[in-house]
Amino acid sequence: MTIPRYWREFQHRYRLVGTKCPKCGRIYFPPREVCPQCHRESVGKMEKVEIKNSGKVYSYTVVYQDVPDFKFLKPYVFIIAEMDSGVKVTGQLVDIDPKEVKIGMPVKIAFRRIREEDEAGIIEYGYKFVPNE
Amino acid sequence: MVGIVSYGSYIPKWRIKTEEIARVWGEDPEDIKNGLMIYSKSVPGPDEDTATISVEALRNAMNRKNVKNIGAVYVGSESHPYAVKPTATIVAEAMGLTPNITAADYEFACKAGTAAMQSVMAMVESGMIENGVAIGADTSQGAPGDALEYSAAAGGTAFIIGKENTIADIKVTYSITTDTPDFWRREGQDYPKHGGRFTGEPAYFKHVLTVAKKIMEIMKTKPEDYTYAVFHQPNGKFPTRAAKTLGFKENQIKQGLIVPYIGNTYSGSMITGLSAILDIAKPDDRILAVSFGSGAGSDGFHIEVNKNIENYQRENAKPVWNQIENGKYIDYAIYTKFKKKIKMGD
Amino acid sequence: MRDVYIVGIGQTKYGEHWEKSLRSLVVEAGLKAIEDANIYSRDIQAIFGGNMSAGSTIYQDNIGSLISDFSGLSYNNVPAMRIENGSASGGAAVHAGYISVASGLYDLVLVGGVEKLTDVSMEDQAEVVSGEVDQEWELFHGGTLAALQGLMARRYMHEYDAKREEIATLPVLSHEHGSENPYAHFRNKIKIEDVLNSTLVADPLTMLDMAPYSDGAAAIVLASEEKVREIKPEVKIKISGSAISSDFMLLQDRENILNLKSVRISTEKALKMAKLDINKIKVFEVHDSSSIMGLLILEEIGVFPRGKAGKYIMDGYGHHDSKVAINTSGGLKAKGHPMGATGIGQIVESVIQLRNKAEKRQVPNADKALAINIAGTGSVSVSHVLEVV
Repeated sequence: MTIPRYWREFQHRYRLVGTKCPKCGRIYFPPREVCPQCHRESVGKMEKVEIKNSGKVYSYTVVYQDVPDFKFLKPYVFIIAEMDSGVKVTGQLVDIDPKEVKIGMPVKIAFRRIREEDEAGIIEYGYKFVPNE
Repeated sequence: MVGIVSYGSYIPKWRIKTEEIARVWGEDPEDIKNGLMIYSKSVPGPDEDTATISVEALRNAMNRKNVKNIGAVYVGSESHPYAVKPTATIVAEAMGLTPNITAADYEFACKAGTAAMQSVMAMVESGMIENGVAIGADTSQGAPGDALEYSAAAGGTAFIIGKENTIADIKVTYSITTDTPDFWRREGQDYPKHGGRFTGEPAYFKHVLTVAKKIMEIMKTKPEDYTYAVFHQPNGKFPTRAAKTLGFKENQIKQGLIVPYIGNTYSGSMITGLSAILDIAKPDDRILAVSFGSGAGSDGFHIEVNKNIENYQRENAKPVWNQIENGKYIDYAIYTKFKKKIKMGD
Repeated sequence: MRDVYIVGIGQTKYGEHWEKSLRSLVVEAGLKAIEDANIYSRDIQAIFGGNMSAGSTIYQDNIGSLISDFSGLSYNNVPAMRIENGSASGGAAVHAGYISVASGLYDLVLVGGVEKLTDVSMEDQAEVVSGEVDQEWELFHGGTLAALQGLMARRYMHEYDAKREEIATLPVLSHEHGSENPYAHFRNKIKIEDVLNSTLVADPLTMLDMAPYSDGAAAIVLASEEKVREIKPEVKIKISGSAISSDFMLLQDRENILNLKSVRISTEKALKMAKLDINKIKVFEVHDSSSIMGLLILEEIGVFPRGKAGKYIMDGYGHHDSKVAINTSGGLKAKGHPMGATGIGQIVESVIQLRNKAEKRQVPNADKALAINIAGTGSVSVSHVLEVV
């Protein structure tokens, strides 16, 4: 990923900063500039909100494809988590045996390396999930 | 009084046993275990590094107490992800502390974390900042088949240091520094080199014992006046011997002696042992904490726990021993894959 | 709005075409369609080109003019544009062509779609194919299209207590039909055990659940009533419904990840335009980019109850000679999935069925067909209803 494209999402990728519509109160992650419910009334008014870091596995899969970025993690567990606030977030679930993943199991956010262009390029950090024991 | 306002540690989940490394290199595991007093060590996952460990440790500290007005972040390590671009900037961003903050990285072999602590203490004491963060973390590398491979581990601890609402006060800090080439790594080299037995008396023991004695001289204390003592832990033998030489008993160092199970976390070593002590400390407990960094130097601290620790929410993060005990074992093949020691194709 | 008819169809075989380039594939399909329509290429008034990934595989943008130029129409200065809607590029191109004739602006247009995947390595193909999922928030984290579909399959089994074998019924059916389609990428028949035992891609989905990476092209000629009277085709086939709907891009944002709302809306609209009820339709071409996707589409439009599509297919539904015929072309699974061509290829198969030319896979008395072409995990859906008039 190019530097500006990655850098402008730091707070969203590092701290799960999403947006909240001041009119209907719905929370969105990734952040949006327009609330799909309230449209014009939300433009320019969406508020930043940090998505609290715990939730449950809503669904999961174990990826066996050869995805070059994740060669060292193959096979990796990929999930949609339903966060406590109701927002769903997509990402990897790590530090777990794929056989032990279950729908409904509690998870929390961890800060991990996601990928890098190559050995000399910048390191792209972001969020992953870990079991919330 | 300057002291610790909050603390937190993070140890990666993966472990490798001494027997497993010994098996690959044709060594006698019992010999190694007896010689080093290390039974297993922590291994970072392929998606972990000093920055991620630092963030997790600091998040644990902040979960225990959401400290505001943090004016500085210093991260000490000998395995910073970038040679040029401070880990501290990544940590500060990940914690939402940017932009009104000063930051930089420290390097002093295994005592980079305590060096950071001393700087932050001075900044707080002088009134330059209200609270500051000092982190020591590492994902150290040991050359395959070398003695260091049994101990080079991964982990880190973060201290938030300030004057108000401390849970433990740092009454005195004292250091010595010399030019002692006991362990080093030249720029561009993958693995460090060391001076074998030279790393003992002229390096580790000279510096650690001198600082420990000096602190007790300044504070007019004797070993029995301390509830706990924790020293830098390159293996289990050195800190045990140092403690004995100084006159400390086994029950004083036991809580902080974590190296037999997770290895030497380098910049995280002594301070993670200190974190383990704080996990069970009570008001009025006294702690003598002495780090050692090859090259060489030692930073010592006389710490007194105060009554605020009773209202402090330690339970909001996992204690060090709990993290130590919940590890998952991997074999040498997976270990070399995780530590990127395998020469890959294009 | 005027009526729009399909007067010509053409396609290449789908598969690995090492010797053919993107240009040669689309020209082959286009010229076949023109020939089939019994017209001259100079009669074409506009070209709508469907393509998803030429920019990533061969670094070529500006596909519209590329198609018109290499079809020989450079001196005719034909209006040309490329439509891109992920895997629904083909269907969207048909919709664009439909609008252009229905509106009265043109009377005779060519809609052609093409994809050339084998010019890049398999590893790159996987990335290219995932170009239609959210790059920042899905693919960045390892959410390839297959991974997202694996998530859907897992949730499907959880919510409906569906068995793994039931999901595998659709690829088996697709291969059964594909074995009778000379244009299909894969002509072999497979069994449910084969699907279950195949290499895992995104658990629970295996390689035999997933559509292949294929090269290929397909084209149709659309005509107004006036042109149809001139051309006098043997069988007069009308596009009686053409609709598109979009939905949240990210799978996580959908109201329910198993409900393909875009499919329901585009299909409802197309059927409403056609003034038809879904149970009048016998021929279905559905977008089985994976087994689960095909099943979810069928359940969404009400062909089968939710959670039960696999059971019904096990009981014999879906066969070309059963109550509802599903993917007689072989679907994306067996016929192949050259993304830009796929949606148009579905129309080509529907026309073959309605002309009664499907031979061994012919649906008896086929007179109405429904084709559904989607992008990603359902962020866009295009539905077409065709009928013999």
